[in-house]
Amino acid sequence: MLHTFVAYVEDKPGVLTRVASLFRRLNINIISLTVGRSERAGYSRMTIVADASDQAGHRIRASLYKLEDVAEVDDISGVSAVTRELALIKVAANAESRSGVFELAEVFRARIVDLAPESLMIEITGVESKIEGLIQVLNERENRVLEVCRSGKMTMRRGHHTSRVLRAMGVTDIPDGIEPVDPD
Amino acid sequence: MEKMPVHDEVAQAIQPAILTGSEILWATLVGEGVTEVFGYPGGAILPAYDALRKFPIRHILVRHEQGAAHMADGYARASGKVGVAIATSGPGATNLVTGIATAMMDSIPIVCITGQVSSKVLGTDAFQEIDITGITLPVTKHNFLVSRAEDIAPAIRAAFQIAQSGRPGPVLVDITKDAQQARADFDFAAAQPRPYTPHPMLHCTDHKLHHAAELIRKAERPVILAGHGILQSRAGEQVRSLAERMQIPVGLTLLGLGAFPASHPLSMGMMGMHGESWVNHAIQNADLLIACGMRFDDRVIGTPATYAPNAKKIHIEIDPAEINKNIPVDVALVGDLREVLEQLLPLLPGRDGSAWLRSIEDSKGSAAVRDIRNLPDSGHLYAAHVMHDLWRITEGRAIVATDVGQHQMWEAQYYHHDHPRTLITSGGLGTMGFALPAGIGAKVACPDREVWVIAGDGGFQMTASELATIAQEKLKVNIAIINNGYLGMVRQWQEFFYERNYESTPLVSPDFVKLADAHGIAGAAVSTRAELASVVERARQHNGPFLINFLVEQEDSVYPMIPVGSALHEMIRRPDHNPLVETPQDF
Repeated sequence: MLHTFVAYVEDKPGVLTRVASLFRRLNINIISLTVGRSERAGYSRMTIVADASDQAGHRIRASLYKLEDVAEVDDISGVSAVTRELALIKVAANAESRSGVFELAEVFRARIVDLAPESLMIEITGVESKIEGLIQVLNERENRVLEVCRSGKMTMRRGHHTSRVLRAMGVTDIPDGIEPVDPD
Repeated sequence: MEKMPVHDEVAQAIQPAILTGSEILWATLVGEGVTEVFGYPGGAILPAYDALRKFPIRHILVRHEQGAAHMADGYARASGKVGVAIATSGPGATNLVTGIATAMMDSIPIVCITGQVSSKVLGTDAFQEIDITGITLPVTKHNFLVSRAEDIAPAIRAAFQIAQSGRPGPVLVDITKDAQQARADFDFAAAQPRPYTPHPMLHCTDHKLHHAAELIRKAERPVILAGHGILQSRAGEQVRSLAERMQIPVGLTLLGLGAFPASHPLSMGMMGMHGESWVNHAIQNADLLIACGMRFDDRVIGTPATYAPNAKKIHIEIDPAEINKNIPVDVALVGDLREVLEQLLPLLPGRDGSAWLRSIEDSKGSAAVRDIRNLPDSGHLYAAHVMHDLWRITEGRAIVATDVGQHQMWEAQYYHHDHPRTLITSGGLGTMGFALPAGIGAKVACPDREVWVIAGDGGFQMTASELATIAQEKLKVNIAIINNGYLGMVRQWQEFFYERNYESTPLVSPDFVKLADAHGIAGAAVSTRAELASVVERARQHNGPFLINFLVEQEDSVYPMIPVGSALHEMIRRPDHNPLVETPQDF
């Protein structure tokens, strides 16, 4: 199954290697990995999507926590969360064929962000299936997709569920069972 | 000049001052309580060596950097303190890797310091440049690349904290040559790392403790699985209380030997691939396993699918990543073993376990009769004789460092460890060549203790160059080579599973006594049991290191043995008559 982890990691050289190396060592393929600055100074936020056995989630989270540079790990597989991906798609289109692509972009709530004589660039955000839907329809228009750049998934829990968020909000009495624990 | 008292030397070394990076390195080590390091100099670490003489630290010059890492490891295992190894860049650093991996697999706190080429040429394939932080990433708990003098003290102090905290392990600090040469403010106190935070997934609630206690109270056939974690968390007393109060028999892992006294009536001995048959039977028949600081290693469980099929399992373990890794458990008490047991013990009132203990005692019957100890003295010299007699003569009080293979298993079976930290052996990685340097490290850590290195003729030759280290450092280390002319354990597998096709296992070795002599080390060969005791005594009394070359039965095998892929109770037992090793006069 697909597991999704959100990790806060120290923003310094080599951290990405340590995280990636952990998955490599467990022979687990990372499907998607996004990294960027977070609301915490000195910490980056990663969203990691990996394909592993159903039972692997606990061990991956526990192993991520063993890395010195990892401050926090949330396993958000199967919890209520908002997931988005950004894609830039370059499509071959000239003056005659543009309007069809414009219409498609409209349907998919995508934006045209660059227009050149022989091509145009579409920006689309959404869930994976929406982006793949657009690419599929574009491909049906005689190989018109020239280039695709996808950000990978970014995910955030709905509401304010994690103890860290509760702490940030000033809640001191954090109830047990908020975060995933070992599965016995 | 009169020598300063130790605490004054330390206080002086950690005075805030402007120092070179090299001086900061040593001063920080002194501040962390380091008194000995094992190392080998070279270009990129030379500034550090240049500053060494100003600090109250003894440097043991090794003959190969792998030896330095194993010595630091043996030092840590024997003393419970952090061992320190130091090497130069490039090959010096890569030579450490086997030793670091050995420490990683067995959770041993060591800090390895490597020199690195100057930061200005990092990444240019400079002479003796190697990406050692990249190479050691999977075999260290953490590592640092330090390229500024002011970062040295914080990195070293963090390394010591990381190496010892939680589940211990090796940490490497790679320091560029220019960082060693530059000057910076040194303030030991200010370089203190941020407070240690336990793994956030430690989890031992009252609810879980009560659940565990209920399982223990209700169990009819419980077994305690005693592992290395008992030594690491100094929980020997608590495990003993648990066993005695609830009358629960104790099986030990290889690395757990010594954590629970072998002579204790509730001690069953070692479990697993070469464990005692009654221990493995007890585990297979148990209705409850209480795993204390062990990780259900594959050498201990046989096959996961058939392991203790009717037993509930309680796993007390500090590393959450170990929970349900190899064996799914019913209750996981994730935390420091001693702390968990201290919470658990008040919930356990006591219990009568006599029926279960009696049935285990009964199951020993036939196994003990076939025990090699019962072979007559007039026969050949068996490795088991050597281990048994060494145990008897040293009264089980020596620190024994073993290598890997048959002799390691025989030692575990016949040298009964009553005391913690008396067995130094490479369990997880199974590193041949470990014994000699690890024994040296143990002797340096515990100079007043009797230390025996026990190695096979194969493994000994992997690090035999450290004989010179023993000679140079004048260390009273006794060495027993169990010489059967084969890579014995591999030969045993060839005998059992490859139709005695002894491919590449017969071994021509130097005359080890002459080799010792060439190093100025005394020695003797022993080929009969009759001479055994007197030569061992001679070695013990000898004022200096002593090597004994035990010429033992060549095709003897370690029994019992669980073939890979078999269940724990499907053991190959010692045959009543083994035509490969026993002649009629043995009976």
